[in-house]
Amino acid sequence: MTPAVLTAQPVASPHAHGGSSLSRTMFRVQLALLPATLYGCWLFGWPSFFLWLASVLSCAGFEALSLKLSGSTRIRATLADGSALLTGWLLAMTLPPWAPWWVAVVGGFVAIVIGKQVFGGVGQNVFNPAMVARVALLVSFPVPLTQWVTPLPATTLAAPDFVHGLRIFLGSLPVPDAMASASLLGYSKTELSRGIDLLHSLSGEHGALLSWIGTRAGSFGEAASLLILAGGLYLLVTRVITWHTPLAVLAGVAIPAAIGHAVDPARFLGAEAHLLSGALMLGAFFIATDYVTSPNTGAGQIVFGLGIGLLTWVIRTFGAYPEGMAFAVLLMNALTPVIDRAMKPRILGRDRRGKPLDIPQDKGA
Amino acid sequence: MSDNYGSIIKDGLWDQNVVFSQLLAMCPTMAVTTSGTNGLGMGLATTAVLVVSNILVASIRHAVSSQVRIPVFVVLIATLVTVVDMAMNAWLHDLYKVLGLFIALIVVNCAILGRAEAFAVKNGIVASAVDGLAMGLGFTGALTAIGLIREFLGTGTLFAQASNLLGPSFAFLEMKLPGYGGALLMILPPGGFAILGFLLAGKRAMERRLAERGAAAAQAAAA
Repeated sequence: MTPAVLTAQPVASPHAHGGSSLSRTMFRVQLALLPATLYGCWLFGWPSFFLWLASVLSCAGFEALSLKLSGSTRIRATLADGSALLTGWLLAMTLPPWAPWWVAVVGGFVAIVIGKQVFGGVGQNVFNPAMVARVALLVSFPVPLTQWVTPLPATTLAAPDFVHGLRIFLGSLPVPDAMASASLLGYSKTELSRGIDLLHSLSGEHGALLSWIGTRAGSFGEAASLLILAGGLYLLVTRVITWHTPLAVLAGVAIPAAIGHAVDPARFLGAEAHLLSGALMLGAFFIATDYVTSPNTGAGQIVFGLGIGLLTWVIRTFGAYPEGMAFAVLLMNALTPVIDRAMKPRILGRDRRGKPLDIPQDKGA
Repeated sequence: MSDNYGSIIKDGLWDQNVVFSQLLAMCPTMAVTTSGTNGLGMGLATTAVLVVSNILVASIRHAVSSQVRIPVFVVLIATLVTVVDMAMNAWLHDLYKVLGLFIALIVVNCAILGRAEAFAVKNGIVASAVDGLAMGLGFTGALTAIGLIREFLGTGTLFAQASNLLGPSFAFLEMKLPGYGGALLMILPPGGFAILGFLLAGKRAMERRLAERGAAAAQAAAA
């Protein structure tokens, strides 16, 4: 190496590059989502696959369109980093599996254009795009967003075939009434409001809603809580995420749920039911851990996660909506700058207050 | 400046549009634009106040010392708003029931005091009247546009209950898209902000394109 080359090197901070990249991180997250997605496709058949495809494609399409409108010259490269694909994928996981096509397309528009690109694209968004879309869809279209279907595994005879599934997806074939079902959270909330307590509403045939390995009704990614958990553990092992946020989210839900259940089992769902229901696993491992919208420090992430968990439990238990994960994530996203302000990372060579560290001069002398 | 009516009108309707350029009067812009009819009604009420207040301010501008001008203007505007408020309550009662609270709030609509301060105290009566009319119509147009878009996306209708405002003969304006449930979010405040944002972005993009085209044409003419 000649000196001339050395001087040509850009002078940067003394940081080493970890070798990771945006696209590799996104690829790993997608890999971690794959088992749960395949299981969801098997459980809910062709319509859910079309919904997933539409969500992913519309997110990618709106990303490309926004980049083109903003005059970007790196459309292909930006699309290849996989962040828009992941947003669409996560969005699909939170939707009812038999939702019609336009739900996915509107969701993709809200997620990418309103949730992400107006802030400046990847890394600039204040709120998690998939959750922005999820909340916008839920508020706008309450009916199709709460129509759950009984799981009908693709290998069984009654499951809709390819053409049938396509027609359900395109909305030309209504979802049969016999297929209508309720998710655990929605069902227990409805029954409570009818004056039937949990001890009665969750006994008998509806007890199956509580099962761990769920062929249970719910959103696309809800049935496969354990597979989502496995994917989350894979992310932990590969160090894509750290333990702080997911553990704090799970604890934030489980602790109040356990206390409530111990006090009044007829009124409050248990911790296990909460942990396996709704978007909790997905939210804890895949959504709350979003680098862009979560705090920087471990301590901040614990506060952030606990806040999400507690808010989720409060909304689920006392709110008007049966599920509160998306709302909780958005609320805590809004608080992230405040958390980051309160809990700053320590500067190298200084203490937490910013004073230079006392370095003994005669050390090692 | 005061005798260049063309530029005053162009400023009011487009270049210095109250909503899309000055971003004033955001409170009524967000609050009442849940339908085209509401936006139109609010815009027209504001226009009426704006024209008369501009005329009055311009006519007393030499008699009021600059130290007390703001209280005087506010009293003038408050009087006018009260008149409009009572008139709407009497003749447009159905619309008044929808807009009621926001009519009274025209008093603190910064667009009106803003025009009094920025234009009427410096210009003659006729120019001020033209300015008030142009600004008011620009405001009305913006509110109606936002209202129509939100109404269409939110409920699938256009100019619902327009006959309340304009009389039964305008019932033909009312349209409904059959089989569309509507996206509730557009009626709620986030929808208002989103639509305003997209319209602002669209206006800026359009102006930039026009400027580029103008520059290119000038270059071609020079060459």
